[in-house]
Amino acid sequence: MSRPARHRVLPGFRLSLGFSWFYLGLIVLIPLSSLFLRTFSLSWEEFWGIVTTPRALAAYRLSFGASLAAALANVVFGLLVAWVLVRYRFPGRDVLESLVDLPFALPTAVAGLTLTTLFSAQGWYGQYLEALGLKVAYTSVGVAVALTFIGLPFVVRTVQPVLEDIDVDVEEAAATLGASPWAVFRRVLLPALFPALLSGFTLAFARALGEYGSVVFISGNMPMRTEIVPLLIITRLEQYDYAGATAIAIVMLGASFSLLLAVNLLHRWSQRRLEARPGA
Amino acid sequence: MPPSTLVLRRNARSLSGPAFVRWGLIGAAVLLLGVFLIVPLVAVFTFAFQKGWEAYVSALTHPTALAAMRLTLLSAAIAVPFNLAFGLAASWLIARFQFRGRSLLMTLIDLPFSVSPVIAGLIFVLLFGRQGWLGPWLLDHDVRVIFAVPGIVLATVFVTFPYVARELLPVMEAQGSDEEEAALTLGASGWRTFLCVTLPKVKWGVLYGVILCNARAMGEFGAVSVVSGHVRGVTTTLPLHAEILYNEYDLAGAFAVASLLTLLAIVTLVVKKFVEWRSHPS
Repeated sequence: MSRPARHRVLPGFRLSLGFSWFYLGLIVLIPLSSLFLRTFSLSWEEFWGIVTTPRALAAYRLSFGASLAAALANVVFGLLVAWVLVRYRFPGRDVLESLVDLPFALPTAVAGLTLTTLFSAQGWYGQYLEALGLKVAYTSVGVAVALTFIGLPFVVRTVQPVLEDIDVDVEEAAATLGASPWAVFRRVLLPALFPALLSGFTLAFARALGEYGSVVFISGNMPMRTEIVPLLIITRLEQYDYAGATAIAIVMLGASFSLLLAVNLLHRWSQRRLEARPGA
Repeated sequence: MPPSTLVLRRNARSLSGPAFVRWGLIGAAVLLLGVFLIVPLVAVFTFAFQKGWEAYVSALTHPTALAAMRLTLLSAAIAVPFNLAFGLAASWLIARFQFRGRSLLMTLIDLPFSVSPVIAGLIFVLLFGRQGWLGPWLLDHDVRVIFAVPGIVLATVFVTFPYVARELLPVMEAQGSDEEEAALTLGASGWRTFLCVTLPKVKWGVLYGVILCNARAMGEFGAVSVVSGHVRGVTTTLPLHAEILYNEYDLAGAFAVASLLTLLAIVTLVVKKFVEWRSHPS
């Protein structure tokens, strides 16, 4: 049975093909290409000069550093939450299970406003943290906190299905053979969960790099200190410096595309590894 | 015969550590989600009502707030149907046919997800802004796109582009096309088959994609912020209106607007849960 030949019986091939590519081109491809064409109007020296100013370098450092910290925090938090949701039953579990997606559903500006107010010096959290000498709002710590909030669901949602599929008798066998719970976790569970953790990490990292709404409120936006890359792009644009905005945007776009590519390669690699496993 | 999975499950649970480990982990997870998700939700409504019910209502019925609501509804009312049409066409195409460029199309659909919202706004400024490609032509014909409503709508359509297609594709792929072929053999037209056979089969997938698309369309901030120009009551959507009030130190007003958007998020989560429950009734 050859699938393609069989499915050509169905109508709408030309219409859906034509409409899909037309709409994709109109909404996504043509607008995005304007970014690349605008960059080509710059000479290499001009481009390099714009993207390596001290202010831009400070913004890359903050964006990458805070996104990395947030994505790593999300790996730990995500694993914990996924584990508790999959393995335990307790009152309120269903509510928590639904709430995990809140950062996806909540408009980023609302997240930004709320976290800033909670973590400011007089806020519900800020007053206690500041008494301990930890300033969060208007510092790079605040940026990382906002990005952690935004990325929370990624690792939970990539790890959860894998954890549900793991054969419990493997864990049982390990335990019967005398492995401690910690050894079971480290030698049996972690290797199985590793690909999911890695792709959750990468997704959270990529999302954090481009994030704007939840960060602008809590960061305080001081150039050289708490200015993230997306904000620098907006600043350049407000000064009608289109070339500057475009060059920095290209650097950022390159970073997020590489991450996306990494996720896809990773996915294929882990898929192949799973298929290669005997009995799987 | 292997032992029943029920027995295995129970063993697994007891393997998952002694009671103090179990309750320790549950406590840590609840504390974490409480600090990051539940307290912020409560905080939004507490801050919104800190000056009382009347201040809350007057913040939401202020003419600029009402204008912001209208603009938010308008951009969602344009973005969602267009992206729904694309989602239906693209998922039908990818799930039912083999053709050259199929995997390229699948990759490109996800593109707007990997573009920062700020860059999504920037590209439309580069196209339609005063120094943009079409800028001089638009200026001659007195058409405003950037710092006007069309720019906001375009940016919203761009950032919500993948949602319906993304959610619908797996549903479309999971459903075979046997019923469609039967309908066609019995003489139904292509459109009739699509409306009466295909759409009912994938309706939960459609609803799922539409609510996610709608939530993002109404809540989008970064992309819209770049193209809006923040002309109060004219080019401000609800999230932008909340930002303006916050920057003017009207905290109660900002959170009144934010509470509306939070309600939208809660409704979205509830509908999402309902759809998941309906499509997997186990």
